[in-house]
Amino acid sequence: MSITPYRVLVGPEGYLPPAAASRGVLLPEKGEALIEGAIVPEEEAMQAIATKLLSAKNPFFFPGPQLLWDWKEGVAQKAQAVKRLADLAGARVIPMPDYRPKYPMINPAVEINPNHPNLTIWHNKIDLCVFIGVHCHYANMALKIIRGGTSCYTVALCGEAGHEDAMISLCCMGMPELAKLTEIIRTMKGEQAA
Amino acid sequence: MSKDFLRISPAFEDIMPAEYRELVASGPYGKGYGISDLGSHKELLEEHPLCAGCGLALSLRLTLSVLPAPEDTVIVGSTGCSALAFPQVALHNIHSLFGNQNAVAAGLKRALKLRFPDKHKDVVVVAGDGATADIGLDMVMQSWFRGELITTIMLDNEAYANTGGQESGMSPKGAVLNMAPKGKKFQKINMPELAREAGCVYVAAVSPANPKRLGKAIRRAILVAREVGPTYVQIFAPCPTNFKFKPQETIKRIKEREKDGTYLTREYISQEAQEYLAAMEGGNKDE
Repeated sequence: MSITPYRVLVGPEGYLPPAAASRGVLLPEKGEALIEGAIVPEEEAMQAIATKLLSAKNPFFFPGPQLLWDWKEGVAQKAQAVKRLADLAGARVIPMPDYRPKYPMINPAVEINPNHPNLTIWHNKIDLCVFIGVHCHYANMALKIIRGGTSCYTVALCGEAGHEDAMISLCCMGMPELAKLTEIIRTMKGEQAA
Repeated sequence: MSKDFLRISPAFEDIMPAEYRELVASGPYGKGYGISDLGSHKELLEEHPLCAGCGLALSLRLTLSVLPAPEDTVIVGSTGCSALAFPQVALHNIHSLFGNQNAVAAGLKRALKLRFPDKHKDVVVVAGDGATADIGLDMVMQSWFRGELITTIMLDNEAYANTGGQESGMSPKGAVLNMAPKGKKFQKINMPELAREAGCVYVAAVSPANPKRLGKAIRRAILVAREVGPTYVQIFAPCPTNFKFKPQETIKRIKEREKDGTYLTREYISQEAQEYLAAMEGGNKDE
């Protein structure tokens, strides 16, 4: 019997997609990343993110509470760097200020909620989204819902261990990694313009 | 948490939804507001899906307006009508399994005490009469027996209101509801008396018909629970949907029940709590 490795691909995968971890997808080590369930070098994933971002029709960044709230030293600078990155990539930004389920009201034009992220994605016709600064458990839950019910490509720029439920996931995302990704996008944009 | 953390990263100031910007600019965090300040600031609860005339919604609004330190308060809720409103409340809140609220709150309070030994973190249970007096009575009583430093607030609408109208232990004798058509056969549970006997050092039964008294009771209960012992506040919050009266008659209903003696407002303060409050209540505007 052969076992086909599970791949984390664009949905809609259907109601209740499996957690990628339960299908054998492992988290990357420092210097590595995940592309659609496979571990690759970080540089390769950054190139893939840049390609996806620059070729998307309607890319969005979804910064979470860890970036939106200036709660400790260094956050404001990181937020500024993420904003620059989004602007450079031509992506718009919709915030995830907290995790309250906020039933039954949410304004999908101005916010995203991890408990029903599909509403914001459908409303804004988003074809690629980048999660950053969202706490791990809520990011995983939202990424699974997006994979289950939408055709949006998901990227997670994670400051911790990474997210196996995203289609591309970096881990250990600090200021140097943000600067590197920004530079790759700038270079790729220059090449595309040339 | 401290109110100093309530700052938006400057890079994202312009994309934050208006309600968050308003909460930062004119929310109640760190301000020490009371009921008389309602209308002058951004409230913790402004929209909710509860029924028109819901006594519970009004009680919640008043309760949230008098929290001594909303930025350092965690609400623990349980299944029931109030759980429908809490996703809209701009506070830390935890929804527990039906009836487990006081056990969750007790554990949380202990953990917060270990994590923040030099700060007061107020853990406040807000649950309905079904969760408090029926399904969760065991956890409620045990938390009081153990002297856990938490406040228990029961929103007493005298029924299981969001599941079609079943009688609860807090329904008055003879109450007829959609799913209790023959009328309740036994008396309303005397929870304030139970609370006192079980070790609560501050107990009050209040209603939103007298907002100042309600506010004072909530504030006292939370302050006393910081250091003296467990506290209990019961708020009468009648339900127009299940008891079939007009939404605009909620307050009238409460006053009638208070007048005919079927809902008694009262307050019990232990000697130790009295001494603590005497030291604390120097300058509170709503006292």
